[in-house]
Amino acid sequence: MINEIISMNGYGIYVWSAFAFTLISFSVLYAVIKVQLVKEKIKFDAKYSTLTSEKKKTIRTQEAYKGILASNSVSKI
Amino acid sequence: MLKNFEPNKIFLITSKAPKYILTAFIIIISIGLIEALILSPEDYIQSHSVRIMYVHVPSAWISLGTFSVIATLSFFILIFKNKSFILITKSLAPSGLVFNIIALTTGSIWGKPTWGTWWAWDARITSMLILGLFYIIYILAWRIYDNGEKANRITSLIAIIGLINVPIIKYSVDWWSTLHQPASINIFSETSIHPSMIVPLALMTAAFALFSVLIFLMKYNTELIKIKNKGLDRL
Repeated sequence: MINEIISMNGYGIYVWSAFAFTLISFSVLYAVIKVQLVKEKIKFDAKYSTLTSEKKKTIRTQEAYKGILASNSVSKI
Repeated sequence: MLKNFEPNKIFLITSKAPKYILTAFIIIISIGLIEALILSPEDYIQSHSVRIMYVHVPSAWISLGTFSVIATLSFFILIFKNKSFILITKSLAPSGLVFNIIALTTGSIWGKPTWGTWWAWDARITSMLILGLFYIIYILAWRIYDNGEKANRITSLIAIIGLINVPIIKYSVDWWSTLHQPASINIFSETSIHPSMIVPLALMTAAFALFSVLIFLMKYNTELIKIKNKGLDRL
């Protein structure tokens, strides 16, 4: 049964390599995009922490930053 | 209505949705893989090699669909100067390119046992390769020109010009004599594949579509935070 699933009448090498390529591509794309997202979030946190309390107050009131502050770690501190 | 596409409003959804979409994707792709690799029947001519269809066809559909969306939104950006769509089009491109690469590669792998060759310069395959080139040029244009009016104009033009290739891909198997088989699934006429093969195909298409949305949302968030980072620099 397992041998049959693996060999697929001699087509296994083609079928498994096509599925493997797809899943590897998905993993690589997900990892690359995730790293980019985390990097930008870290950059935002670092920049935000260096701001004066006055500037932080101004940013918190701006609609544009509300969502990001809510999703980033800075808002949880 | 277009105000609903404002980045800050979209961010409220895009920052929360990925974890739910990732969970749904994992569940659906797990079921889809069992159906596609184990439960679905082999083809009476192509035998087990037909299973490659379950990754090849959804990838091609999503790659084509994504580019069509990018081109349509680019039209609004270019003609109506709609800024809300810029981030959306930019964020859609990476997953579109990867699905195009998957479609070409799995098609090539499928071609070897079916046609006896890895590659043929027939109309369908060549037009899909051209779509891939359009994706690459589009993404490179964003990198070269960075953000700004010039980048918006050039990338929108590339997408709109590339849209000409979409009907060519769709109808290439009807217009020319190609190695590639004609479409087996038609929305408006009778489908020529067996229902037992439609189930895994539908599951894999749903899973791939979810993955495409997931990558889009993550990329969209990245681009938005990048813009806000630049805003912090100016403070």
